[in-house]
Amino acid sequence: MVEKRTSQLAELIEPYAGRPQELIQVLREIQEELGYLPKEAQEEVAQTLGVPLSRVYGVITFYHFFRTSPVGQHTIRLCLGTACYVRGAAQVLQTLQEELGINPGETTVDYKFSLERVACFGCCALSPVMVVDNTVHSRVTPAKAREILSTYQGS
Amino acid sequence: MTFAQIKEKARAEWEALERGERPRILIGTATCGRSAGALDVLEAFKTELAKRGIDAVIMQVGCIGLCYAEPLVDIIKKGQPRICYHHVTPELVSELIDSYLIKGNPRPDLALGTIGDGDVEGIPRLFDLPTLKPQVRFVLRNCGHIDPENINHYIANNGYAGLAKALKMRPEEVIEEIKKSGLRGRGGAGFPTGLKWEFCRKSPEKEKYLICNADEGDPGAFMDRSVLEGDPHAVLEGMVIAAHAIGARQGYVYCRAEYPLALERLRTALQQMREYGFLGENILGSGLDFDIEIKEGAGAFVCGEETALMASLEGRRGMPCPRPPFPAQSGLWGKPTNINNVETFANVSIIMAKSSDWYASYGTGKSKGTKTFALAGKVKHTGLIEISMGITLRELIFDIGGGVPNERRLKAIQIGGPSGGCLPEELLDVPIDYESLREHGAIMGSGGVIVLDDTACMVDVAKYFLDFTAEESCGKCVPCRIGIPKMLQILEHITSGEGTEEDLVRLRELAELVSSTSLCALGQTAPNPVRSTLRYFKGEYLAHIYHKTCPAGVCPGLVQHKIKIDPELCQACDLCRKACPTGAIQGIPGKPPYSIDDSLCIRCEACLEVCPFDAIQKLTGKASNYGDDT
Repeated sequence: MVEKRTSQLAELIEPYAGRPQELIQVLREIQEELGYLPKEAQEEVAQTLGVPLSRVYGVITFYHFFRTSPVGQHTIRLCLGTACYVRGAAQVLQTLQEELGINPGETTVDYKFSLERVACFGCCALSPVMVVDNTVHSRVTPAKAREILSTYQGS
Repeated sequence: MTFAQIKEKARAEWEALERGERPRILIGTATCGRSAGALDVLEAFKTELAKRGIDAVIMQVGCIGLCYAEPLVDIIKKGQPRICYHHVTPELVSELIDSYLIKGNPRPDLALGTIGDGDVEGIPRLFDLPTLKPQVRFVLRNCGHIDPENINHYIANNGYAGLAKALKMRPEEVIEEIKKSGLRGRGGAGFPTGLKWEFCRKSPEKEKYLICNADEGDPGAFMDRSVLEGDPHAVLEGMVIAAHAIGARQGYVYCRAEYPLALERLRTALQQMREYGFLGENILGSGLDFDIEIKEGAGAFVCGEETALMASLEGRRGMPCPRPPFPAQSGLWGKPTNINNVETFANVSIIMAKSSDWYASYGTGKSKGTKTFALAGKVKHTGLIEISMGITLRELIFDIGGGVPNERRLKAIQIGGPSGGCLPEELLDVPIDYESLREHGAIMGSGGVIVLDDTACMVDVAKYFLDFTAEESCGKCVPCRIGIPKMLQILEHITSGEGTEEDLVRLRELAELVSSTSLCALGQTAPNPVRSTLRYFKGEYLAHIYHKTCPAGVCPGLVQHKIKIDPELCQACDLCRKACPTGAIQGIPGKPPYSIDDSLCIRCEACLEVCPFDAIQKLTGKASNYGDDT
């Protein structure tokens, strides 16, 4: 398993060898593949691209997109942009936190759900917006959020 | 192929489509349409048409801007004007096909309006609707009308004509034309575009870069997303024109990763441009070599700032640098670089296709042309609009936006995102141009307009924006890194009922300090929401401080309202008890009335929302002049 992952990693990183300007791109591709950026991947990237590990870590922690721990089976992203906020997204967030028992940026113990807050999806006209995996739900209320969650409970 | 041949071919394709016998079905499948269910509608059309053996052209188009009415479907039958149907669901699809396509009944009950020549009884003309009539659509010219994934549709509608013209002119003449048009940067700051190009052109270095800033980070703004999804070639054509003007050989589109569909459409568009020779070596035989690469952002608001954006392009943390040197002297990889916003480029392509005089005939003295706005929040017609500069906020909110829903009162207009400000109702007659907005404490910004009604607490709104900028501050300079959280702390103090008048003094001092000493625009403008709310809504701050009450009933610690069940209206349906997260509601199903234990109630209003009989009411305390008085 570990070996397979290592070779897979090397394959992903190799095209970017010696090109530090592609750091963000390569991290993005690894995360796409693995779901997060484990420590060994960070080290491998640093070595192949020829940049200090501190810079790799610095970039990962700077951008919201990157994560260093595995995600759940379903990722719930709740928009807290201005339009969503004034139409009640904070109440939806509170509901999700209560229902799932986790805070934004965390994953449930059974690795079923990860919860994230997003600054804006650009769907402001249909706010509040909640995205589960790739499905966009518009005009979400606390009650609707509970309903949406329940459709994923069985799967 | 020469441009004339390309154009001929594109026109022939477009005309064949327009004159064809087959009915056409246009479905708005931009992100906004998709989130309202447009893809299900698309599938339903495919299935239902096939079932009936009807041969029709189904086209996916961008967003026409009427997001409140999504999903939108336009049906065109030969010899008939195009009819736009709103709120179309998969269930309605077969009804539309049977009624209109088969039996010829245009179903005025489901239609929003008609487009094109001819009238249909009972359906108004779409562009006569109050929402669309005052609009002037240059940037959004093709959105909702063409297939954004078909370059021929763009070319047939006068696309790339501006590029063909520009390539026959000397770069200096192109710059002169843009200067004469009066176009100013649409990303927020409003710097004259032609002048910016000239600085970069005059830079002595040979290697130059061009960047399109598509990192639309302002929460509440989605103009750039709509243009990229609905008409990507309009933006890319503007980039090639700019490359010719400044002398760049390599361009980048820096687009945020939260816009997957925009990225996909950009990739398709770039591929098509290469096939037609609009990119690559010797573009249209002019000798210009230029190519464009897409770079995805990774979620950092500060990357909308040009020096931070360039750091991110170089694969580093997106931290801004002091200017000068300006990017026009030393930008990406230390080379002269020109950065413009998506909307600016979309304006460039139409200015070159038409003329600078034509463009400058729209707008006001110093603010020429049009501006797109994303209208959201508490307004009836949420969506994307484009207006000639100089119309008033009142026209924007009430004529185009249809006013505030649910018979509530307008309280404020938040314009310009986290760098902008909140303007009160009294300023509704202020014209929309760069100078007027700045004078009143807001900014044009990128074009996000959020309407707030009387259920919004202005202190809470200011806190919301500071919470956002504190989170997004890159941490490089002290005033921004420490000043903004300090200001946030004071606001938290005030909204929890512990504020003093001294807090207001300190808040003002900090606002001044942060805005005058921060390194980049993020910090310099972050105090704007606080300043504008203090300027126009000071009474609300004072109510929090002296009366320990939140007049709008928002701030949890200061809400003086109670949730009560009206025994007359309660039907004992048990929904509220199930919805209550704290078990505060007691009752037996079928035996009204239910009651709420006030000591357990946390005022989350979950019960209020689920009650089908409006039996649950919010009782506001006496200090309130707003809220749901009963």
